Amino acid sequence: MGFSDARAFCRDLQSHPADPVGDQRFLHTLARWAKRYCPWVGLDGVDGLVMDVTGSTHLFGGEESLLHDIHLRLKRAGLSVRSGLADTRGAAWALAHYGEGIAAQDQPLDAIGPLPVAALRLDEKSNVGLQRLGVRTIAELMALPRATVARRFGAEVLLRLDQATGEQAEHISPLPDPPRYQVRLTLPDPIGLEADVMAGTGRLLEKLCEKLKAQEMGARVLSLILRRVDKENQEVEVRLARPLRDPSRILPLFERGVSAIDAGFGIDQLRLVATSVEPLPVQQMTHSQARNDDKLDDLISRIGNRIGLENVQRFLPADSHIPERSHSIAPAAFSEPAGSWVALRERPIQLFPPEPIVGTGPAPPRHLRWRRMSFRVERATGPERISPEWWLTDVNWRSGVRDYWKVETKQGRRLWLFYTPQNPGWFVHGQFP
Amino acid sequence: MSYDFSTYFPLQAKRVHEACGPSAFSFAFALAGQQQASVLWVREAWLSDQINPVGFSQYINPHHLLLAKGKDQSEVLATAEDSLRSGAVGLTVIELTKPIGLTAGRRLQLAAETGKSTGLCVLPDGMGSNAAQTRWRCEPIFDAADSTLQRWEIIKNKSGTLTAWTVRWNAETRRIIVVSETGERPVPQGASR
Repeated sequence: MGFSDARAFCRDLQSHPADPVGDQRFLHTLARWAKRYCPWVGLDGVDGLVMDVTGSTHLFGGEESLLHDIHLRLKRAGLSVRSGLADTRGAAWALAHYGEGIAAQDQPLDAIGPLPVAALRLDEKSNVGLQRLGVRTIAELMALPRATVARRFGAEVLLRLDQATGEQAEHISPLPDPPRYQVRLTLPDPIGLEADVMAGTGRLLEKLCEKLKAQEMGARVLSLILRRVDKENQEVEVRLARPLRDPSRILPLFERGVSAIDAGFGIDQLRLVATSVEPLPVQQMTHSQARNDDKLDDLISRIGNRIGLENVQRFLPADSHIPERSHSIAPAAFSEPAGSWVALRERPIQLFPPEPIVGTGPAPPRHLRWRRMSFRVERATGPERISPEWWLTDVNWRSGVRDYWKVETKQGRRLWLFYTPQNPGWFVHGQFP
Repeated sequence: MSYDFSTYFPLQAKRVHEACGPSAFSFAFALAGQQQASVLWVREAWLSDQINPVGFSQYINPHHLLLAKGKDQSEVLATAEDSLRSGAVGLTVIELTKPIGLTAGRRLQLAAETGKSTGLCVLPDGMGSNAAQTRWRCEPIFDAADSTLQRWEIIKNKSGTLTAWTVRWNAETRRIIVVSETGERPVPQGASR
């Protein structure tokens, strides 16, 4: 049915783009939530959850109150839900899709008998075929001799029927738990030497990296928790510039933190947790594009653990004429070099916060004093007018437009001065080579 | 006596050198431009003046330069030592604000030897450490025709004599060009011979 046809039936119909990936992610979230009712939760198709609540209904006061609880909570979350509860997965599916409620114990047929045959999870062809024969409900299908049904429609129909009645077993495969990147080493006797702790960490790291490798993940932040005999925890955190799972490259980074640990009367448990992981797929190494930034990444990690990973920075070009905004500074570990550097006009290599100097009038002064040095201006190039960006508020640019001059002095220094015509004053802003 | 500029510049590898004077930054950038590998620039976080990538892009592609900001001078020195020792970067530029002792200077030298990389301390006038291999004073010179002219002078050399050159920067070829007939050029008033 096209959208315009559908609108003819329902005038207030709204349309939204389908987002199957988002739906699936939401269903996984819902499955994790549903683990509060029972440990066995699996997905059913693209829009359903299947739960094996055998043995856990009494925790919620019976089947009815369990279903009631589920409905209540999901309704509060803004979802509309249909549910069915029965001895078998097939019967529960039928109830959820074509009926509602709970099938009595050991009597699934009573509940699902009046439901249409489509409730047996049949394919389209068998469904239509059965309806053409006049077999509309499951009870009618049950009444037919099994041999003739099998001959006409194949074993599939009988299998589904048996699964609904419980003649055939059917399993629920629950979703796997997300992997945990955490390893532990408990020692019979406490240790206190730095070398011993590092050896223990090395062992843990190898185990952890194998786990990471199996999942094709790389650690970004690692935390080593050392438990002392007096139950006090000491923590060493290591942050990496790139996701890594190579023990020999990560282990040296722990040295600095471990040497600063107070071991007290000894450490009897080591726990290593990868608190932040990122996908790190296995890559084909080629001689042409092999990344040999490994050493640089290691250096960034090493320095970053000393002065903070955000204090190792790189420059990125930005689109602005304002000298301070013509580049941005980003942490090297979380950015890639991108963009090209364009200097439309000569720019100084050093920028100072504007330093006022004595001067009047729009022409550069002949003599100037700056930082207790006096200069004689020999040549001035300019002016180059730069206007503040009105869409951004910048305290430094309150004084209005600026006329920039490159001034070469007899003493040698080449300075970048500016004059603010709207708010007369001269300032030194930078220095050329 | 004229010494070949190319024996001193690019600076001798595996050693730590020093540069001072008003043009020390452009000396550092010119040296960084000669490197094949990346360059790490270490400085203190509180310094209010900053290096401008758009300006120094004529010397070196700013993507090849990483900036590390330490809290104080001891962090800066520790970072520089790590960087020199790892050998991951070709040149480590260290911006110093206080004089460093012989121990710190010697540690940097040892780290540079281990990591086979070069270090350059940019420092204010008269704050050199005795451990440095060479110390350069760099000053801009006014010239009516050329606005890149500079005078680079070795004022300390562990293995050689003291010399001076007048150089200019060719932006198209990204090269330092030594200007001849230095004797006929005016020497800036403040410069000492």
